[in-house]
Amino acid sequence: MNRSRRNALKTGGGAGLLAMLIAAGIVRPGDALAQQQWNQAAFNGKTLREALQALGAQSPVASDGVVIKVPEIAENGAVVPVAVESRIAGTQSITVLIEKNPLPLAASFEIPAGTEPNVSTRVKMGESSDVYALVKADGKFFFAKKEVKITIGGCGG
Amino acid sequence: MADPMRIRVAERDGVVNVRILMSHEMETGQRKDSAGNLVPAHFIRNVVATHQGRTVLSAQWGTAVAKNPFLEFSFKGGKKGDKISVTWEDNKGEKRTDEATIG
Repeated sequence: MNRSRRNALKTGGGAGLLAMLIAAGIVRPGDALAQQQWNQAAFNGKTLREALQALGAQSPVASDGVVIKVPEIAENGAVVPVAVESRIAGTQSITVLIEKNPLPLAASFEIPAGTEPNVSTRVKMGESSDVYALVKADGKFFFAKKEVKITIGGCGG
Repeated sequence: MADPMRIRVAERDGVVNVRILMSHEMETGQRKDSAGNLVPAHFIRNVVATHQGRTVLSAQWGTAVAKNPFLEFSFKGGKKGDKISVTWEDNKGEKRTDEATIG
């Protein structure tokens, strides 16, 4: 065991230690995932309000700076494309919520500096619903919503 | 072991576009099998993408992300030949990491 690692273990703590271990090649970045948070309270929230509260976004402000791209009508609720772009300076995260899903919170993306505040993914929708895009910028929450009509549900079955 | 991800990365004018297709059931925990038993939830919870060791995107997912998840994003500062690494971990602790080179 080399001395620098021993010192790191002795004196380092938390994220600083982890960063050091990654830098030293002792912990590969993949292992850092284990240290990552998963907001259980928010993902288990059964209503939009519960999920927003657990995210710390009780009263987000409607904003034209949040652009949500979803189809107006989706034939198959099992695969609904969602793209969210934020034009708000200092965007830190983008979150997708589906109001009428059994668990509304679908996905949340952290946007580090240098990464464009623009993400695309695909979600499941149980029934026609408003889809919310929530953006955190400079510690404040903004949102936009759009309705998607589903002809075949994607949850349950 | 889960199937490998398909990762496509392309650089244009200094902006790197990343498109990822993962192979995962993304079972919601709401579905019943033919015998009427609830199928337990099995889904990816965390995704991290790194460029040369620096995190360029991290995500937390719930059960509503569609089966065989798709993810697209872009970041600045990458060049052709650089490596992108993507790791996911699901609620059962299963993990998978794949790499791609910026083309």
